Amino acid sequence: MTLTVDVRHKLGSFALDAAFTSESGVTALFGRSGSGKTSMIRIIAGLARPDKGLVTLNGATLVDTDKGIFVPRHRRRFGCVFQEARLFPHLSVRQNLQYGAWFAPKAESPESLERIVGMLGIGALLDRKPGKLSGGEKSRVAIGRALLSRPHLLLMDEPLSALDDARKAEILPYLERLRDETKIPIVYVSHSLAEVARLANRVVVLRDGHVEAVGPVVDVLSRPALAEAPDRREAGALIEGRVESSTPAHGLTVVALKSVRLYLPGKSLRPGSPVRVHIPARDVMLATVKPEGLSALNILEGVIAEIGDLEEGMVEVRVDCGGDPVLSRITQLSRERLALAVGKPVYAVIKTVALET
Amino acid sequence: MNALGLSSDEWTAILLSLRVSTVAMLASLPLGILAALLLARGRFPGKSLLNGVIHLPLILPPVVTGFVLLILFGRKGPIGAFLDQHFGIVFSFRWTGAALACAVMGFPLMVRSIRLSIEAIDKRLEEAAGTLGAGPLFVFLTVTLPLALPGIIAGMILSFAKAMGEFGATITFVSNIPGETQTLSSAIYTFTQIPGGDAGALRLTMVSVVISMAALLASEALARLVGRRVEFE
Repeated sequence: MTLTVDVRHKLGSFALDAAFTSESGVTALFGRSGSGKTSMIRIIAGLARPDKGLVTLNGATLVDTDKGIFVPRHRRRFGCVFQEARLFPHLSVRQNLQYGAWFAPKAESPESLERIVGMLGIGALLDRKPGKLSGGEKSRVAIGRALLSRPHLLLMDEPLSALDDARKAEILPYLERLRDETKIPIVYVSHSLAEVARLANRVVVLRDGHVEAVGPVVDVLSRPALAEAPDRREAGALIEGRVESSTPAHGLTVVALKSVRLYLPGKSLRPGSPVRVHIPARDVMLATVKPEGLSALNILEGVIAEIGDLEEGMVEVRVDCGGDPVLSRITQLSRERLALAVGKPVYAVIKTVALET
Repeated sequence: MNALGLSSDEWTAILLSLRVSTVAMLASLPLGILAALLLARGRFPGKSLLNGVIHLPLILPPVVTGFVLLILFGRKGPIGAFLDQHFGIVFSFRWTGAALACAVMGFPLMVRSIRLSIEAIDKRLEEAAGTLGAGPLFVFLTVTLPLALPGIIAGMILSFAKAMGEFGATITFVSNIPGETQTLSSAIYTFTQIPGGDAGALRLTMVSVVISMAALLASEALARLVGRRVEFE
């Protein structure tokens, strides 16, 4: 599966001029609000017509303004999950789910209602009306509805942003199952680093209508002085590891990184499965001597690789912990007091609690 | 029939009124939905002109509307003559003419009500239906129309009620012929014009009140039924 997008589009004073290619798996469109993510997804879905540009999927042209080609939205078969669930209020949940199946070709291998309903855990809701569902339930039904239209591509426009943290935590596992159990490629729009870190394989960073970075999620999101982070409070390092063991008694999971171990909260992960851990820079403390008598479980030994200046008397320090980069945001004052410099050995201290997702 | 103390002529007028109103309502419904859709969603030159023309019967004296209908749809009128020659449809001095007059008078009320309900529909739902594979016609039939249903029902009731009460345009266009164009309102008017007709006028007035109340209650019940079906998020 290859989706190619190269478009120019003007909306008032905002200009979108961006191009990217996405392979199978989950591609995240990432950026702060107003960066053009939603315009981009509307163009891909066929809800907006770009002023100029090209959109192709697996070689089939969907939009080519030079040749005057524009495939209307209902012939693209791109399932969409919107920020608001957009369920049809006059239809039951079951009818909402089956809506797309009327139009999907019957010959293709049927994505059965039972399987999707089971995967999303919405069996008990089938005969209810959307108006009576909670936010999280609506989101799941919307995802199911898009899947049952047997889309060639799934477009998700911040499907979690209207939900509170508890609801997000409820939906995220379903999205992970979706990614792992179906072969449908997904374009996932988000301004949340945590979501992108958890779900995406590739990431396209948008900024003011332009593509700022493209690449595998670990490469792009763990760059030092992460200017891309829409919310600086969220900036941090993204590390890949493998679940080593879990200690159910303490409700903890031990993750092996390249050469160090990390304690994570939660015990739902199976040993041996790969995980991505996002460590927010503001939750990482630095010490020049190994701290003792401290409650933090994660004390990683490393060497300062880079120090970058941030505004307002802050610096961002990248510590190389045995091959894995950890970012720490500290004050200029702390840096001077500890005389931190590139090459100096330090200990990065991370509270396990800070790694909750 | 005589149990209610109504003469057969009076019954004829009542049944004719019901028939005229029902036909006027049903015949103008498709056009009403189309006009409402054009006004709510369309973007074309002359839109405000169309809006004005549709609303004209609401503002003009009914006699004027009736007279214009007479000029246009009369046997010798440009549209009337054409329909007579090619389709054998005659309006002048027939009950069909009464239905036409009632439909024209009720049309602005119907269009207004449907238009408002179409404008209130969240277009994002139609977008969602499109991305699920529904073409524009299916989106209209499965999303737009069902969601506009409360407004459509209200528009139908308004049109029916207007037709039951319509007098001026009807009597101007198709006169007051017992058994052909004499509706309930015309019959009451006739009674008031003859000496000793008060009793008859009163009887028909009671009937008129009963029909109006029934229509109103029916519309309330329907609106509740639909309202329960269409619960917005």
